[in-house]
Amino acid sequence: MKPGTTSAACTALLKRDLALTWRRRGDALNPLLFAIIVVALFPFALGPEAQILERIAAGTIFVAVLLASLLSLDSLFRSDLDDGSLEQLVLSPHPLSLLLACKIAIHWLTTAVPLIAAAPLLAMLLHLPDSVLPVLLAALALATPLLSLIGAICVALTVALRRSGMLLTLLVLPLIVPVLIFGAGACNAAQAGLPYAAPLLWLAAWLVLALVLAPLATAAALRISLT
Amino acid sequence: MAEFLHMGGYGAYVWAAYTVFVVVLFADALMPLWQRRNTLREIDARLRRESNRKSTP
Amino acid sequence: MPACTGTMKMSPLVLWFHKLGSPPYFYRLAGRFLPWLYAIALVTGAVGLYGGLVVAPADYQQGDSFRMIYVHVPCAWMSLFVYAFMAANSFVALVWRIKLSETLAMASAPVGAAFTFITLVSGSLWGKPMWGTWWTWDARLTSELVLLFLYLGVIGLYHAIEDARQAARAAAFLALIGVVNLPIVHYSVVWWNTLHQGQTVSLMGQSKMSSSMLWPLLTMAFATHVYFFASLLARSRAALLALESGKEWVRGIAQTQEAHAHG
Repeated sequence: MKPGTTSAACTALLKRDLALTWRRRGDALNPLLFAIIVVALFPFALGPEAQILERIAAGTIFVAVLLASLLSLDSLFRSDLDDGSLEQLVLSPHPLSLLLACKIAIHWLTTAVPLIAAAPLLAMLLHLPDSVLPVLLAALALATPLLSLIGAICVALTVALRRSGMLLTLLVLPLIVPVLIFGAGACNAAQAGLPYAAPLLWLAAWLVLALVLAPLATAAALRISLT
Repeated sequence: MAEFLHMGGYGAYVWAAYTVFVVVLFADALMPLWQRRNTLREIDARLRRESNRKSTP
Repeated sequence: MPACTGTMKMSPLVLWFHKLGSPPYFYRLAGRFLPWLYAIALVTGAVGLYGGLVVAPADYQQGDSFRMIYVHVPCAWMSLFVYAFMAANSFVALVWRIKLSETLAMASAPVGAAFTFITLVSGSLWGKPMWGTWWTWDARLTSELVLLFLYLGVIGLYHAIEDARQAARAAAFLALIGVVNLPIVHYSVVWWNTLHQGQTVSLMGQSKMSSSMLWPLLTMAFATHVYFFASLLARSRAALLALESGKEWVRGIAQTQEAHAHG
């Protein structure tokens, strides 16, 4: 049997992953629910004064989104490992990094895009000034794919473990500190009336770099984990 | 001597820092010894079990 | 034929390198060096501490509290040096699949974590009397904290995976990712601090140190380097025994050792 073209393989993988997510659409909304709960807890802890909430709004939303995507990372390769299709991917004649990039893209579409869509709601809950909202959305749009890409490398390293929860967090945490600093930093700068283009451009530069390198690194890590 | 321990009022900080230094590195030095002894003991126990199994029919 | 004699001259060194890669040879050679390394580290460390605590004069600004420099700064240097050493060995282990490099990389991680931990604690103890706070989010402190997390991640991943060689390769890969990450973290925090107008913290000052203050520092730096290699060899020896527990040479060592222990 002749193997199909690489683009056909990618399309098949994309369709399959979308179908699988659709079948478990309840699970897919978990990160969103988690982020809303985290953000809703802050006013209870800090008091309802709009001034305080306004000051911490951007940072809180960023941390909530980050924790929510961390929560969803573990499922990136889990079901594929259980049903053996992950090994099929590794053994397939197509470039593994490209196939993994498709998987990461679907993961980002199904977990992070709902979070970005919910960001205006979260911003409203914490009284974020309207002028900062576009900056927040732009920063989230640049930061969440970075989180998915960097997280995928760490998931690939821990995929063979039965229980990877805490360890995965420990691995991801130091790697995403810069993303958090620049993402939330851009919003804070915008809120303080300072120029915010530089941190956003830095995030964009890292995103381009990560788009090229992270799938390769994920593929290498997966090969180590599955031998 | 008391003046030396006092360290111009910073005694507690200075000596705490030096204590942490010595204690952590001492623990670090002991760990491989302990690990090595455990490994050798395990291997020896396994060898004994194997030879016992061979000698008793 | 000059080229030919050249390769002839090189061959003993290359041969020695190949021999070094064999676990029993490394185990014996490291065992021979170990007592000397420990002795040198202990003696120079004692001299350095004596010089730092007694001989060096009190700083004209910081008084006697500056004596913490003799544990803080050498450990801070070591935390970075050990990471570089670990990353270099990880690279060799992943590219050329050399077993000894895997062992060395994984053996250096706990020592590096220990040095990083001492750096954080002693820095905190120094910060309290100097800045009036145990912790400040300046670039160097934050990077050091991230470095500790990276070390813990490498150690955690190594111990979580069942198969020792696979574990070493995965952890080595993580160590290499950390190399890319660390400068990014450092400069991010620098940028973040300028945004927040954080206080500029400088423990070392820009003034030149007098030689009576400097020589204990350099002696301590030397002692910690020697100590690292001693601990590294001891840990590698213990790890090699566990890795090669089925091999003949390890059985021999186990039998003679335990025969001594049982009298």
